[in-house]
Amino acid sequence: MLHTFVALVEDKTGLLSRVTSLFRRLNVNITSLTVGGTETAGVSRTTIVAEAAEDRAPRIMASLYKLEGVLEVDNVGRHSAVVRELALLKIAASQKTRSDLFQLAEVFRARIVDLAPESLMMEITGSASKIEGLVQILLEGNYRILEMARSGRMAMRRGHHTSRVLEALGDIPQRTEPTTLTGDPKHETLDLMAEEDQV
Amino acid sequence: MDNNGKTNLNPSEAAIYSQPTRLTGAETVWATMVGEGVRDVFGYPGGAILPVYDALRKFPIRHILVRHEQGAAHMADGYARASGRVGVAIATSGPGATNLVTGIATAMLDSIPMVCVTGQVSSKVLGTDAFQEIDITGITLPITKHNYLVNRTEDIAPALREAFRIAKSGRPGPVLVDITKDAQQNSAIFDFAAAAPAPYRPHPMLSADSVAIREALELLRTAKRPVILAGQGILHSRAMEQVRTLAERAQIPVACTLLGLTAFPASHPLNLGMMGMHGESWVNHAIQQADLLIACGMRFDDRVTGSLSTYAQNAKKIHIEIDPAEINKNVRVDVALVGDLKEILETMLPRMPKRDGAAWLRTISTMKGSAAVHDIQQLPDNGHLYAAHVINDIWRETGGEAIIVTDVGQHQMWEAQYYKHEQPRSLVTSGGLGTMGFALPAAIGAKVACPDKEVWVVAGDGGFQMTSAELSTIVQEQLKINIAIVNNGYLGMVRQWQEAFYEKNYECTPLISPDFVKLADAHGIRGAHVNRRAEVIPTVREARQHGKVFLIDFHVEQEDSVYPMIPPGAALHEMIRRPKPSPLVETATEI
Repeated sequence: MLHTFVALVEDKTGLLSRVTSLFRRLNVNITSLTVGGTETAGVSRTTIVAEAAEDRAPRIMASLYKLEGVLEVDNVGRHSAVVRELALLKIAASQKTRSDLFQLAEVFRARIVDLAPESLMMEITGSASKIEGLVQILLEGNYRILEMARSGRMAMRRGHHTSRVLEALGDIPQRTEPTTLTGDPKHETLDLMAEEDQV
Repeated sequence: MDNNGKTNLNPSEAAIYSQPTRLTGAETVWATMVGEGVRDVFGYPGGAILPVYDALRKFPIRHILVRHEQGAAHMADGYARASGRVGVAIATSGPGATNLVTGIATAMLDSIPMVCVTGQVSSKVLGTDAFQEIDITGITLPITKHNYLVNRTEDIAPALREAFRIAKSGRPGPVLVDITKDAQQNSAIFDFAAAAPAPYRPHPMLSADSVAIREALELLRTAKRPVILAGQGILHSRAMEQVRTLAERAQIPVACTLLGLTAFPASHPLNLGMMGMHGESWVNHAIQQADLLIACGMRFDDRVTGSLSTYAQNAKKIHIEIDPAEINKNVRVDVALVGDLKEILETMLPRMPKRDGAAWLRTISTMKGSAAVHDIQQLPDNGHLYAAHVINDIWRETGGEAIIVTDVGQHQMWEAQYYKHEQPRSLVTSGGLGTMGFALPAAIGAKVACPDKEVWVVAGDGGFQMTSAELSTIVQEQLKINIAIVNNGYLGMVRQWQEAFYEKNYECTPLISPDFVKLADAHGIRGAHVNRRAEVIPTVREARQHGKVFLIDFHVEQEDSVYPMIPPGAALHEMIRRPKPSPLVETATEI
């Protein structure tokens, strides 16, 4: 199964290779990996999606914690979480086919971010399945995808979850376990509807 | 920071620890080590570490010059295993650093606290494939607990201090600190106190809450056939007394892993001996028949479990272990107590119910047979010299009190079977990685760490030749070490596998060796050949009485094998027993 781990790590040279080396050592394939900043200076957030048997997750987490500089590990797959991926698609499009693509973009809540005589670029954010849905429709419609870039998944637990580590580092509000509300299926739907970008 | 590389360090002054002082990076390396309590280091100089060597004479540190950097790493490892203190190895960049790798991996697999310091080319040329430049932090990433590339003088003390903390805290392990030459040459303010590492943060997944402890106690209370599995974690946690109390109070027999052999006295009536691939039959049968296993600081290695699907199927399992990544790795356990073994046992012991274990102990004792028949000393001398006799006689002569440092192979298993260790840390052996060539350098480390202890090397003719250059180190350092070579003219353990599983196709296992006594002589070391059983004890006595290093070349039976033996993939109780008639009798029924 696919596991989604979020690891907060010190922003130091070489730490990422320690993390990836660990997965290689455990013979676990990383299907996606994103790294970026957090609300705390000097702390990076990595989201690692990896394919492994279900019962291997605790050992992967324990091994991650053994790396110096890994501050906190969360297996978000086990909790209600918002999981997003960003994709950029460059699609061959002439003046004639453009308007159909504009409509398609609207249906998928994607945005056209670049327009050239022979192509356009679409930006889409959402779950992996949504992105794959768009790709499939494009292919079925005989559109040529010239280039595609996917960011890999990012994930954040729903509700008022806060890292214990970051709590200890600064005065971030007390950690609370996610309430039942956050697990509400209605919430999920709501979120899917409201994922239009603000920019 | 200035770049002239000169400071006015007065080595006799402890003032450098009480007030910040300007030191070169090289001086900082030694000053930090002295501050961390280091007295002995093992190393080999070279271009990129020369500044550090230049500053050595100012500090109260004994440096042992090795003949190969692999030896330095094994010596630091043996030093740590024998004493419990952190071992230190030093090497230059490039080949010096890569030569450490086998030794670092050996320490990693066996959780040995060790700090390796390597020189690196100057930071200006890092990444240019400069002369003797190699990415040693990249190479050692998966075989160290942590490693550092330090390229600023002011970072040396904090990195080194943290390295020592990491090496010895939690589950111990090796740490490597790679320091660029310019960082060694430049100077910076040395402030030992300010360089202190952040306090040790226990692994966040440790858990030994009251519910789990209650469950463990309940399992212990109701168990009819419990067995304690004693691992090296007992030594690391210094929980020998607690494990002993647990065993005695609840009358639970104790089976040891190879690295746990010295965690429980061999002569203790509850000690069954070594478990696993070459464990005695009654030990493995006891584990297979047990209804409760209490695993203390061990990791259910494949060499102790045999086939996992048939391992101790009727037993509940309690796993007391400091590394959460070891829980349910190989064997699924019923209760996991994740934390420091000593602390957990101390919490449990006051609530530990008294048990009557007599019936179970009687059952095991029946399996074991009469003690007299295990006494291979009583067997008639049939003219052959068996390795087991050699080990057994060394045991008798040393009273089980010596530190025995073994290599890897048949002799290692015979040592584990026939030398009865009474003292913690008195067996130094490479378990996890199984590194041939380990014994001689590791023995040097053990002797430097414990100069008042008697130290014996027990090595095969194959492994001994891998690192025999360190004989010169022994002579140069004037160390009293006794060396026993168990010489059968084969790579014995591989030959045994060829005999058992490859139809006696002895491909590449017969082995020509030099005359080891002449080799010793070339080093100015006294030695003797032993071919007959009757010569063993007199020669062992001669070696012990000789004031200097002494080498004995024991020419033993060539095609002797280690039994019992669990074939790969077989269940723990499906042992190949000792063939009959055997000079090394196993049980009363087999006489």
